[in-house]
Amino acid sequence: MSRLLAGLAALCLWSGAAQAATLTVKAGADAQERLQTALLDAKPGDVVAIGPGRFELTDGLSLDVDGVTVRGAGQGKTVLSFAGQQGAGEGLLITSDRVTVRDLSVQNTKGDGIKSKGSDQISFLNLTVEWTGGPKESNGAYGVYPVTSTNVLIDRVTVRGASDAGIYVGQSRNIVVKNSRAEFNVAGIEIENSIGADVHDNVTTRNTAGILVFDLPDLPQQGGRSTRLFRNRIVENDTPNFAPKGNIVASVPVGTGVMLMANRDVHVFDNEISGNQSSGVVVVGYTREIKDPKYEPLPRDIVVRNNRFGRNGWDPRFPGGAEIMKALGGGPLPPVVWDAATRFTRAGQTVEQAINVRLLDGPVLKLNLPHVQGLAQARPEVLPRVDGAPIPEPKPIVLPPEQARLAP
Amino acid sequence: MKRVLAVLLAAALVGLAAVRPAPATAPAPVDLARLLDETPAATLDAYRLFTDAGGRQPAAELVPYDLITPLFTDYADKHRWLYVPAGRKVRYTETGAFEFPVGATLVKTFAYPADFRRPADNVRLVETRLLIRRESGWAALTYVWNAEGTEARLRRAGARLDMAFVDPAGQRVAFSYAVPNQNQCKECHSVDGELAPLGPKARNLNRPLAYAEGTDNQLARWTRLGLLEGAPPPAKAPAVARWDDPASPLGARARAYMDANCAHCHNAKGMASNSGLFLEWEQTDPVALGIGKRPVAAGRGSGGLDYSIAPGEPDRSILIHRLNSTEPGVMMPELGRSLVHAEGLALLREWIAGLPREPAAGAG
Repeated sequence: MSRLLAGLAALCLWSGAAQAATLTVKAGADAQERLQTALLDAKPGDVVAIGPGRFELTDGLSLDVDGVTVRGAGQGKTVLSFAGQQGAGEGLLITSDRVTVRDLSVQNTKGDGIKSKGSDQISFLNLTVEWTGGPKESNGAYGVYPVTSTNVLIDRVTVRGASDAGIYVGQSRNIVVKNSRAEFNVAGIEIENSIGADVHDNVTTRNTAGILVFDLPDLPQQGGRSTRLFRNRIVENDTPNFAPKGNIVASVPVGTGVMLMANRDVHVFDNEISGNQSSGVVVVGYTREIKDPKYEPLPRDIVVRNNRFGRNGWDPRFPGGAEIMKALGGGPLPPVVWDAATRFTRAGQTVEQAINVRLLDGPVLKLNLPHVQGLAQARPEVLPRVDGAPIPEPKPIVLPPEQARLAP
Repeated sequence: MKRVLAVLLAAALVGLAAVRPAPATAPAPVDLARLLDETPAATLDAYRLFTDAGGRQPAAELVPYDLITPLFTDYADKHRWLYVPAGRKVRYTETGAFEFPVGATLVKTFAYPADFRRPADNVRLVETRLLIRRESGWAALTYVWNAEGTEARLRRAGARLDMAFVDPAGQRVAFSYAVPNQNQCKECHSVDGELAPLGPKARNLNRPLAYAEGTDNQLARWTRLGLLEGAPPPAKAPAVARWDDPASPLGARARAYMDANCAHCHNAKGMASNSGLFLEWEQTDPVALGIGKRPVAAGRGSGGLDYSIAPGEPDRSILIHRLNSTEPGVMMPELGRSLVHAEGLALLREWIAGLPREPAAGAG
């Protein structure tokens, strides 16, 4: 008897390892319950294969099993529609590790599109996440939304219409965002309070702002740093800001190419940046009141080099922009704008901090703010370039091999 | 009636004797092995947690309990019981949920009377949720009652049910009741990504309950029944305020309400850890409590407002905006309600209105 049991156990182990199952879900009635049941039934190694067609969903979906691939029949072929969603803060929530979501479209979620929370090795491949009614304040905040995750891969994803950021990576580590397209969002791509990101070969166009790299206070993970933005096309970002007030992106002026705020060790190179009416690249501090004693509000160790700038900054919409342009004798602003603040006030204490940057794509508009909040006291000057001390470039992001091997 | 008394007597004896009394006429005991089986039963009756098919008569081994300040769930009446296998004990902890032995099961039935002006009549059971402590950790199962109230079936993927009742003011309220899917159970019942109970904490159990034998403090009674070990006398154990007790300080009531209705996600180990908005009872940092705190990933949930809590200004507080919404993507909590809790909202409005406008001032 015990031999039989041992044999059965061995068989189970063997089949568990070797026989990944495919759970197929077809379009049709009761899509919510059938799809959610498959997401609950999946075992590590399994594929949840969602067939072609429209899936009309009534609630958020969620996955909490490690090692599962959720695969559709292709972008635009498998469409998860959340127009009738009655509950949950996102369309699909992933809370497990080693998960891939790929080859499908998600439409009109009431909140965020696809979110991962606390996931390791989370991959978003060949996805379209969109709000089909165009840019609207009532659209969800984020299209693809990994947060507090590690080893994040976003490849060949398109996001349209997010009322905050199309592709948003928050409080995460070791991130690759590539070959993706973000359009008609407030921010195309945003990397926030994150450590180690390569953002490359993406197109961000028709957003309010192309790419943001921010660090914000009062959050569990702070000290955003070590991000490389390269070979991106950041062009014609011209959609008026439609973010709900109160959110930090609501203050981003229309026609911002790249904005680096309060982040450290960010390298911007080999990008095409043009058609952004406010500015090409803006390097600024966090200008709101700071109570958080651990927060670092100034941008530091920033490198901007070898980018191809077209026409930018001809109608700057940031506060004081028009006045500054006038003071400079009119004409478009220089492609790179730096606040050059070295003082800030944190929890009632004023702090002086030496700042090193290398802004090699000139000319550079240096605002010389006496304090990070002192935009009204700007003493703008235009320099051919700002050639600070050498700043080593972060090493390329390396994802775990099985994740890096995932083919689009 | 005699039978009920016998059952109650049996319940009173639980834990006093190593071997439970099992009179020949008594129903079969709770099926512990079935509770521990990793494959859940298709119907609730398999566990023998109730002695009738309709789930109205709890088994002798079940001990009823109630919370001081509960989570609001669309005005549902909640009936809670604890099952602890014979000879095992729950371990008291001052903060967080108690430590439960393997086999311990929390049973919660959600129900609506047709008319809240006659709450004992025409009561419809909606769902019965089980939290089962297994060797591998906690498991959450949801059984949904059929319309006749004769059978409750497992619905792992959740469900939407058309629900209606007449409220205490005589108004008919119709809404879509959401039965959570199995993952959504965990979204709220999550501590560092592991499933855990929420309600049975010392601070929320430390109250009297009317038992058949008379009123008794729950901690004292559980200790006396031999179900709980390590508990101090009730006077030495923490207790949150009752959210709807006008005799308690307003700040304590508001904090108790947020502890039960927000803090299951909004704590450093919960689903909303990334928000930095931490609303648990023990929290003392005003910014973590939302006072003068700006939104991070709220999106349209911000309602165009700048702060989670604008002291003195409930109408400018995101927290109020989100509690007052029934729109997914805006409403908080994200799960577990389709209706606005008008009374809870009024409490938090009153509390915020009374907070001094200086942002750094105290929370309580």
